[in-house]
Amino acid sequence: MSNPQPARTYDDATHLLGKLWVWGMGLVLLMFPTAICVYYDAWPEATALLKGLLAIAPMYWAVGIIEVLTYVPMLGAGGSYLGFITGSLTMLKVPCTLAALERAKVKSGTQEGEAVATIAIAVSSIVALFIIFLGVLLIVPLTPILESPTLAPAFEQLLPALFGGLGVALIGRNWKIAVAPIVLMIALFVAMPQLTPSAAIFVPVAAGVAILAARLMYRKGWL
Amino acid sequence: MQRAFSVNDPFLFAMVSVILLLVLSQAVFFLLRSWKRALSLGMDKGTLWKVVKTSATFTVVPAISILIGVVALSRKLGLPLPWLRLSVIGAITYETPAAEAAARAAGTTIGDTATMLTASQFSVIAWVMTLGIMAGVVFTPILARRLLGGVGKLEKRDKKWSDIFMNALFMGMIAAFLGMIFGRVTEGLTGWIPVFVMLASAAIMVLAGLCIKLLKWDWLTDYALPLSMVGGMALAIPITNLVRGVVL
Repeated sequence: MSNPQPARTYDDATHLLGKLWVWGMGLVLLMFPTAICVYYDAWPEATALLKGLLAIAPMYWAVGIIEVLTYVPMLGAGGSYLGFITGSLTMLKVPCTLAALERAKVKSGTQEGEAVATIAIAVSSIVALFIIFLGVLLIVPLTPILESPTLAPAFEQLLPALFGGLGVALIGRNWKIAVAPIVLMIALFVAMPQLTPSAAIFVPVAAGVAILAARLMYRKGWL
Repeated sequence: MQRAFSVNDPFLFAMVSVILLLVLSQAVFFLLRSWKRALSLGMDKGTLWKVVKTSATFTVVPAISILIGVVALSRKLGLPLPWLRLSVIGAITYETPAAEAAARAAGTTIGDTATMLTASQFSVIAWVMTLGIMAGVVFTPILARRLLGGVGKLEKRDKKWSDIFMNALFMGMIAAFLGMIFGRVTEGLTGWIPVFVMLASAAIMVLAGLCIKLLKWDWLTDYALPLSMVGGMALAIPITNLVRGVVL
């Protein structure tokens, strides 16, 4: 189905283009606060800036690095270079990629999986940008609906509603691998609820447990 | 001379629009490139359109929830900054606490909508929210090739184990977030609401799977996951009301 020589060329080009786009966009994003400083002649007070960064940067950078280590193998090269710019990985881009791979019946880590993951993330990014743009345009009539107390419980439960369906779709076929990390994570968050807001940090821990359990079962011939 | 500042200044809208157009062009560029690549690998257009349909329908509800984050932050920060931060790199789970921490550092709070931000305070908030979230931008290009090279080597060495390894990685992510859903169960019955919603969403997914298998409703395959998510969220309303009614 695929030829290894062009694949290497395509992969090389993806990494080169990805680096250019991601670092280029990084610089463009830094232009926003820079432009505020220059245009309004409003430079941030150093102590306030340092205080704000100390409050969030250590945690967010740790989570960011963990997300790179965990999600890049799932999303592939093109998907990662795009997904880490458009954001909302956990609640949108990663589940969307999983659903797309499942729908196309291809596996992550293959050339077909790489193409499908990139298409999924690109489509998801375009649709999300469009919906948010529409929302910003129509913010006055939409605000009472979006902030309606009746609908509030629905939007508060987005992640449980997302992972319930996704869990059935994915765990069903891999339940032997899923048991150990799920039991461990449930026990961890029940015993220490204060860790709940930092769930993303525990993704590599759960993945490590899943890989270890899978390796043991694979050696015993259970998988 | 200092220009008059407003959190909804047209200059800020213009800046954000240009940046978002660049992000959109990146998404279109990667879409066209990967589409051509998929066709060259022998994948048929029908499958690729299914991927497009699944991805687009799946995105609608989470995007609306991101929009709610934009609305909430816009009261203090105006529209342009939350629009940018929640459209690029950011995530709703990061941006709200980041904005709060940044606002406190600038001597105000996000909840204090009675006082207007000065340009200097806004500048602090914009810098903190931008620099705080840049880890993925810095490290993805440095690490992606090595990480994917490792996956490729594993695939060559033992294909079966490589497949199992990737599945285990996915299960790790699912496990961490499923575990998080149980994080409030010690608070009493209200703490179980997320668990009930998850089970409702799972039940809808099972039901959709049964309809696809037994009734041959193949068309449902594209919509099963978005349907379970929307259904779970819709059921969250009566579930929450019921649980709160019982507790009271």
